[in-house]
Amino acid sequence: MSDPLIEVRDLGRDFTVRKRVGTFRRSSRVVHAVRDLSLQIGAGEMVGYIGPNGAGKSTTIKMLTGILVPSRGHLRVADLEPSRKRRELARRIGVVFGQRTSLWWDLPLRDSFELLQRIYEIPTDRYRHNLAAYVDLLDLGTLLDTPVRQLSLGQRMRGDIAAALLHDPGILYLDEPTIGLDVVSKGRLREFLRALNAERGTTLLLTTHDLQDIEALCDRVIVIDHGTAVFDGPLTRLRTTGGATRTLVVDLVDEVPPIAVDGAEVVKVEGPRQWLAFPADASAAALVAQVAAAYDVADLSIHEPDIEDVIWDLYSR
Amino acid sequence: MADQSVPPLIRPTMYAVRTYRAIAVLWVRSSLTYPVSFWLLTLGGLLTNGLDFVGIWFMFHRIDVLGGFGLREVGLLYSATSVAIGVGDLLIGSVEQLGQKIRSGQLDAMMTKPVPLLVQVCADQFQLRRLGRISQAVIVFAWAAPVVEWSPARVLVAVMMLVAGGAIFFALFVGFSAIQFWTTDASEFANAFTYGGDTLNQYPMTVFPKELVKSLTYVLPLAFVNWYPCLFLLGRSDPYGAPDWIRFASPVAAAALLLVMSLVWRAGVRHYRSTGS
Repeated sequence: MSDPLIEVRDLGRDFTVRKRVGTFRRSSRVVHAVRDLSLQIGAGEMVGYIGPNGAGKSTTIKMLTGILVPSRGHLRVADLEPSRKRRELARRIGVVFGQRTSLWWDLPLRDSFELLQRIYEIPTDRYRHNLAAYVDLLDLGTLLDTPVRQLSLGQRMRGDIAAALLHDPGILYLDEPTIGLDVVSKGRLREFLRALNAERGTTLLLTTHDLQDIEALCDRVIVIDHGTAVFDGPLTRLRTTGGATRTLVVDLVDEVPPIAVDGAEVVKVEGPRQWLAFPADASAAALVAQVAAAYDVADLSIHEPDIEDVIWDLYSR
Repeated sequence: MADQSVPPLIRPTMYAVRTYRAIAVLWVRSSLTYPVSFWLLTLGGLLTNGLDFVGIWFMFHRIDVLGGFGLREVGLLYSATSVAIGVGDLLIGSVEQLGQKIRSGQLDAMMTKPVPLLVQVCADQFQLRRLGRISQAVIVFAWAAPVVEWSPARVLVAVMMLVAGGAIFFALFVGFSAIQFWTTDASEFANAFTYGGDTLNQYPMTVFPKELVKSLTYVLPLAFVNWYPCLFLLGRSDPYGAPDWIRFASPVAAAALLLVMSLVWRAGVRHYRSTGS
């Protein structure tokens, strides 16, 4: 990451919220939607950007795309200052909003694509090549001549993603790309995004509420809360952060009182089955050996900490 | 693709025109996917606009002159302002719904595209049926035209009048809609000045008090849309005593207004980007 594609340092963004207090009097209050946010994203990374509603996710994205001007701090995307070079930057990024489409509702999908060719001034051979590639990868062949209003949600999302990629953007911002999709569609979409990243080196920044998106796609997660990053690192480390525990489920041959072993704690007993919680960064092997040595064990299984719980834990701190 | 030999200012302008046209064409094709609705709306528009001048025509059954102007002369004034607002209305698309675009997030999506924001907003919901208003106005203009003793200079001033008038209304639509960057909802406010101004312009300024005519010259330059150039076409001097050269000043007024309103628009965009309202 010698030359980061996205560079954010001490970024802040305030909003003035006005509230009516009397018939005519209004009081105003400053809200720090984003504060002291620093992060760097290198070319080709796939980053999950998550946080509860109102944490500052969309404010950050709006600053990264140049829609909003930061209140303070340093911000560079593809060597450009987004708010000053918004339209120049627009040619180098792709944006997909999961909750609404950028496609032409009443016209065949092809028309939306052809308009984008003009808007981004994509050379014809490049356009044809990209269109063919995305039609193939996203399985859009039969849909090109169908009016967008007749497409299913999953088909439309694939269309939207192709639309955002026709001009070969180096960065793709995806806002809730899998919202409302069925399991099969979600799976195909994730597969496509992985391939896109692997083959074209497209940098992905994904905001989502679906943590399975993150698990399937992102090597790195940034968790934002109250306008600032509370975690930034690989997904595996997120699991072990914040005293998260793994659980060893032991099926014993007999019903016995709670097992007493070092480094673990029985959290639940149900007949011969017992649940032992142990620190996520501790070795499971040593614990299993201890239990097996002292008890007659019929079966064992280990449960990884639920990522959702870990994040919930981060938020509630 | 980008031709490197094209001078700097021309290229962005060509890009703006090209993208405007491409977006507008898709809107026309979209509305044609519902042909019945398209033709009904077009017909309805023609009827509404067609009846518009009938009111003035009936008025002249009771009177011979209005403020010193005969029926065809009023017809000339009427059709000139109608063509102008028709052109403005056609070009601005749905700019008056700016507040709604802000609330729905559509404006944010537009800002992630390389096309200038004003071009996108103006091309949005482009409707060909707005030509109905213009075609009705052109018919009235053709009917009123014999009242003018045409000369090359008068043809030139007439063309200048229609172009400048369209530009004045375009600027007013854009400028007053830009207020919605601050208020997010005040579309009616803009209409008061645009459609309201158009209604005032349908009458000879001689029926209005001098103060109103002055403010329609120096504050909100609506009198330049049709009144002053029509005075030249009709070979008259200004009854209120304005200098004769003012009859040729419409393009200057239009250019000045475009400049002011583009600054208002830019200030609005800057305000939006710094408040995110």
